Amino acid sequence: MLFTSYEFLGFLLVVFIMYYLLPGRAQWSFLLLASYAFYFMADPRYLIFIAITTASTFLAARAISDKKASFDAWFKEHKKEMEKDERKAAKAKAHSLEKKIFLCCLLFNLGILAVTKYTNFTISNINSVLGAFGKEGTLSFVNLIIPMGISFYTFQSMGYLIDVYNGKVEAQRNPFKFALFVSFFPQLVQGPISRYSDLSQTLFEEHRFNWQTVSFGLERILWGYFKKVVIADRILTSVQTIIADPDTYNGWYAFAGAMFYALELYADFTGGIDITIGVAETMGIKVTENFIRPYFSKNIKEYWNRWHITMGTWFTDYIFYPISASQFMMKLSKKSRARLGNNLGKRVPVYLSSFIVWFTTGIWHGASWNFIVWGLGNFVVIMISQELEPFYRWFHSKVNVAGTFGWRLFQVIRTVLIMSSLRMFDCYRDVPLTFKMFGSIFTKASLSQLNVQSFINMGLTVADYTVVFIAMLILVIVSLIQRSGSVRGKIATLAAPVRFVIWYGLLIGTIVFGAYGIGYSASQFIYNQF
Amino acid sequence: MQKKLKVVVAVIVTLAIVITTLFLATKLLEPKYMSGILEGAMIQEYYDDPTDHNVVFIGDCELYENITPVYLWEKYGINSYVRGSAQQLIWQSYYLAEETIEREHPDVIVFNVLSMKYNEPQKEAYNRMTLDGMKWSHSKVDSIKASMTDEESFIDYVFPLLRYHGRWSDLNSDDFKYMFKRDKVSFNGYYVRVDVKPAEDVPGGNPMVDYQFGDNAYHYLDKLTKLCKDNGVELVLVKAPTLYPYWYDEWEEQIVDYANKNDLTYINFLELQDEIGIDWNTDTYDGGLHLNLAGAEKLSKYFGKILVEDFKVPDRRSDKKLQSYWKGVNERYHQEIARQRSNLEKYGSVHEPEENQ
Amino acid sequence: MEELLEILSDLHPEVDFTTATDLVDGGILDSFDIVSLISEINEEFDVTIGASELTPENFNSAEAIYALIKEKLDDED
Repeated sequence: MLFTSYEFLGFLLVVFIMYYLLPGRAQWSFLLLASYAFYFMADPRYLIFIAITTASTFLAARAISDKKASFDAWFKEHKKEMEKDERKAAKAKAHSLEKKIFLCCLLFNLGILAVTKYTNFTISNINSVLGAFGKEGTLSFVNLIIPMGISFYTFQSMGYLIDVYNGKVEAQRNPFKFALFVSFFPQLVQGPISRYSDLSQTLFEEHRFNWQTVSFGLERILWGYFKKVVIADRILTSVQTIIADPDTYNGWYAFAGAMFYALELYADFTGGIDITIGVAETMGIKVTENFIRPYFSKNIKEYWNRWHITMGTWFTDYIFYPISASQFMMKLSKKSRARLGNNLGKRVPVYLSSFIVWFTTGIWHGASWNFIVWGLGNFVVIMISQELEPFYRWFHSKVNVAGTFGWRLFQVIRTVLIMSSLRMFDCYRDVPLTFKMFGSIFTKASLSQLNVQSFINMGLTVADYTVVFIAMLILVIVSLIQRSGSVRGKIATLAAPVRFVIWYGLLIGTIVFGAYGIGYSASQFIYNQF
Repeated sequence: MQKKLKVVVAVIVTLAIVITTLFLATKLLEPKYMSGILEGAMIQEYYDDPTDHNVVFIGDCELYENITPVYLWEKYGINSYVRGSAQQLIWQSYYLAEETIEREHPDVIVFNVLSMKYNEPQKEAYNRMTLDGMKWSHSKVDSIKASMTDEESFIDYVFPLLRYHGRWSDLNSDDFKYMFKRDKVSFNGYYVRVDVKPAEDVPGGNPMVDYQFGDNAYHYLDKLTKLCKDNGVELVLVKAPTLYPYWYDEWEEQIVDYANKNDLTYINFLELQDEIGIDWNTDTYDGGLHLNLAGAEKLSKYFGKILVEDFKVPDRRSDKKLQSYWKGVNERYHQEIARQRSNLEKYGSVHEPEENQ
Repeated sequence: MEELLEILSDLHPEVDFTTATDLVDGGILDSFDIVSLISEINEEFDVTIGASELTPENFNSAEAIYALIKEKLDDED
């Protein structure tokens, strides 16, 4: 059930009405039912996977929590009787059991993710290695189902497990509440990856109908659909044409393709998240923001703090920090400092951890070398910008441009260009082709390519481009206004007729100018695949 | 109290604006079929006319381009209508028949059997041309349900704006001119053409794997038969005399069989070409697919005689009301014929140059 | 505290760490800085800070960081 299908809208309407008709105590149970129904309608087989992850994580977390609690109680009582060494030993002993449970559950669930998503990728790599030794197509591909949203709900569950293990959150005692946390339907398909400590605050509460919250939620949903169907799904045609025929569409076209894709991905992904957050909001549930105007970022590091935020912080908290703070890294740090000197040596652990994070980020996005190279591309760019920091400091001490509008604009454009170039790995068939197409921007770009007709030949009319352009302007203006606070909040202070014109205009604009229905290919949200 | 009233008024005004603008947007954006593809406008026209036809023809282009009710009136005093549309599928014909019987109860319903060859929904565009024009009724709802292709949704029929929103970039002066009214494009359902394109080298039928008509098609033919029997309406099956699409002998057998079993009249005009006097050099405008005016009048003359003699369809030329109604249709008919003839002379085509794209 | 402030100003000479209280939330210390920081602290004070302690609250001010280190040092005894 795609977000852009009538079925989904109908499903939402039913869920919404039922949700507020039910007594408050039953609301969360009903949401669980709705979420499982949503998943069931996608494919009944998926339910097995999500149920296994839910059950194993729930049990493991509860066991860990129980062990912790009973040990703490025992420890409190017997603390005084023990010597320091004894205390340490007791702690370590208790801890080791928790650790076993924790690791079992973690590896089990990541194993499911790995097997469903990466088996065929591994097979194809083994085959090409064997192929190099003259054995063609030795292993055949297996036909596995990849449950919808598995990357998202696995990460969300594992985040919870790690938090419980670290004593940051109390384990949930009610298996059904936990099941809802894992399967909450608006965010099941494409995130955000919520933290238990955030989402649990409002997910299980009773919510009475509140016009303010509901209308804000509906506005957010509408805004999401506007981005998705007016911008993303319309420009999609040109993007597809460009990447489908790299021989024709090189040079400026490849550049235009990267730019169009930047727009499409942004409108698609943030639009989808707007719908998710808006749907939750209409039911009084607060889902974490996933984007803060990422294309306004000054540099790549900042960009990654503002784009797909919940994924970024997940990787930072649960992969980057644990690796870089590990005993091994501390030792490595000491060693490399001793060998390479303080300045260079201290970089080694950070960069190594960062490398691992970006490798996993890449492969999390998709089982292909394109994504791995894309992830490592990000790593390289971040390292370079890290290393260039002294240079920029020197530059700013000589040239007084920092903070000026021109410099800010330069930074923003630079970020967008770099990110869009990296994202070309997302588009083209394989890694060599991506490099070739990126190269063609510099070698094959000629002015003769820049004519209106060739852009129309991509399948969009002048009118289509005009719609996309105007919609994009609206997007930019809204983002600019948003810098000083919630746009919906600001609109809410306007006179009623003005409010009506704005929201109704957006609705009509979306209905009329949206690229949906027959004649437009129904497209999935891009992030559904990850 | 005052505050409450204010809220109520605000809600009513808002709703009024929303409904009005959505309605206007729908009216503006839905296709008008006033030039080019006129077929899309034909189903809708039926509802404007008096409804006590003695004969109603229901089916695809093999009826609405081949039978001219104006001629039937002039020559025999038969009050008839063609409820035809492009690639009308048999379930669509069935539900049109159901609706027709509920509205006016004709003596005879004529169904053209070519559409038996389609067992499944075909093309969304043709569906819309048949279904959009129908007034809302249980027949329309059932017809939509039976007709939808996989890509279609029922809600698109309820709110045509959802289907036609993409036409904003194709809007032209017709869309504004015909927002609330339509010109008549047919003459009691007949689509007139005066030009000639002889039928030469009509291709024979390619051999098929399976000549058996589908279960679904038979299901609706059964339903149509039963509907007419239950309501005391005479059902006549016909196959138009046009040469293409090819009519297979195997198909012919099945229909003959069916008619015999169900005690229905079946007339295959293909086999009666010579008796009717059709000359494929002068009586078709597109090389044998459809008849032109000359051909249609010949067929109407022949078929009208059967209707009068075998089915006792009455001559109603003495009915004053009908007289004046048909006078109007007749005038339009001759104007259109004259217009097409003059265009043909001036431009070599029945269409105006700007229409001819 | 002195040593800590020295480490911090090595990372960001332009920041006054004695007064700042939003080092993480304000975007002054990013994840790279934090990781460098804990390895410096490990070197200087010989305490290990675990990944689960790398929260904004613990790193928002020099004082908070110092409190974390002290807690660790006390715990060792």
